[in-house]
Amino acid sequence: MTPTTTADTTVAPTSSRGEVRLSITDVDAFYGRIQALRGVSLDVCRGEIVTLLGSNGAGKSTTLKTISGLVRTSRGDIQLEGQSIKRLAAHQIARRGVVHVPEGRRILRGLSVRENLELGAFTVRDGALRGRRLAEVYALFPILHERRHQDASLLSGGQQQMLAMGRALMHGPSVMLLDEPSMGLAPKLVTEIMRIIRRLNEAGTTILLVEQNARLALRLAHYAYVIENGAIRLQGEAARLREDASVVKAYLGLAE
Amino acid sequence: MAWYDLFLQMIVDGLVLGAFYALVALGYTMVFGVIKLLNFAHGDLYMTGAFVGFGALSLVSGVFGAGWPGIFIAMLLSMLAVGCLGVVIERVAYHPMLTAPRLSILITALAVSLVLQNAALTLTGGQYTAFRTDLGFGGFSLGNLFLSWNQIVLVTTAAVLMIALELFVSKTLYGRAMRAVAIDKDMCRMLGINVSAVIAITFFIGSGLAAAAGTMAGAYYGSIWYFMGFLIGLKAFTAAVIGGIGSITGAMLGGLILGLLESFGTHIPFIGSEWKDVFTFTILILVLVLKPTGLLGKSEVERM
Repeated sequence: MTPTTTADTTVAPTSSRGEVRLSITDVDAFYGRIQALRGVSLDVCRGEIVTLLGSNGAGKSTTLKTISGLVRTSRGDIQLEGQSIKRLAAHQIARRGVVHVPEGRRILRGLSVRENLELGAFTVRDGALRGRRLAEVYALFPILHERRHQDASLLSGGQQQMLAMGRALMHGPSVMLLDEPSMGLAPKLVTEIMRIIRRLNEAGTTILLVEQNARLALRLAHYAYVIENGAIRLQGEAARLREDASVVKAYLGLAE
Repeated sequence: MAWYDLFLQMIVDGLVLGAFYALVALGYTMVFGVIKLLNFAHGDLYMTGAFVGFGALSLVSGVFGAGWPGIFIAMLLSMLAVGCLGVVIERVAYHPMLTAPRLSILITALAVSLVLQNAALTLTGGQYTAFRTDLGFGGFSLGNLFLSWNQIVLVTTAAVLMIALELFVSKTLYGRAMRAVAIDKDMCRMLGINVSAVIAITFFIGSGLAAAAGTMAGAYYGSIWYFMGFLIGLKAFTAAVIGGIGSITGAMLGGLILGLLESFGTHIPFIGSEWKDVFTFTILILVLVLKPTGLLGKSEVERM
């Protein structure tokens, strides 16, 4: 199923899952002398929700940071629609449409909810388009509209997650990297966030989702990868992995 | 003169002094905001701004005269030139040090300060340079209070620059990006913001404001020399700390408060005006001990 991708191709490659949007191939990453990723390869195809599962410290967040350029790779390649983005600076990668919603939301404290959203559209020069996106985000998250003039740090955890996702949507992403969107949220809010992720995906956003809550993620995703000690150990259709309880149990230590 | 006349006169003097402090403090606080550096070379950019403004005035005075119109043109040229110098200093000296331990960049800032001072020392031979203008001594009286036109123009100019900065920071996308960069650089990168460019803009504006203050101070006081940035650098730092370092409104407020306090301080009975610097730095120490976050600063746990 691995698509054939070469560095000089500019045509988006395809796999059995469809047109490959984002492809990382044989990527290593280091924090100082500690190796965090060992030859990680994964594909995200157009219109998919792909989930990357694994325990704490397995390399999930590092994989996302490597894609968005916050962590540099020493080996391998990262391609967006067939073009290498490995050597681009983080802000240039974002400008190509890869938006990272990081772990812990990283709300810009001291700025209002609205200012946070508008900074999400920093690269959008068309004022009318910015206005339309803002209206769309407010329609999706009415609470953000209600609290638009407040300091963003006053929002609750769930609202901050909505703000982080809304901010990413302002950008008009072609691929959204979501890191632990359910972390620290009450079960009811988790359901709400998951519902929104599905809705965004149905509206055409391609999503790479990192989650510790594997059962939840496998219900949502089309395709899944399992990472362990910085290497991909398992991959397959989410539905298949979900059925294969023993496999999930072995790799994720889920007790049911 | 009645006591309240003296009081009003002290306020006027304090406002003039405070306007200079505020303009210089802004650069301090903005640079601290985006890269958490106490830019000890900032006072020397004020000095450089005075000399560049002096040079620019002698170039343009033939056309625009050496009154306020000529001084404004010279000030704008100086802001532009010193703004660019600030950007170059950031690129050459500070940028490579951003990932190094914080002490390294602080020492780099001291080195930049020495380089600027010694360059000016070499070029001027350490002599005072007379900043000749055609500014008069006119003004008007309100009762026993005398306001000179120069004071009014100076405070108004400073106010206009500060309002423009406040509008830039609160209303424009780049201004917001500047505040965002001060909060979380990596998040800004993830949003597609070119953090290096925002830092460069910050240095440009901060250095430009210092140059504006330097040129106006030169024109107002009538003489400039290579060491003039040292004391005002420390005082602007004090003003920034009083207001809460990192806070732009705080720097404006801190500058005005310090100017007023210093103006009052020179009139404290039995203490001569030669003690006013002691007075200023006593305030700095008191603020650092009693309210280290300043008036408008946010508390932040940080280690050097």
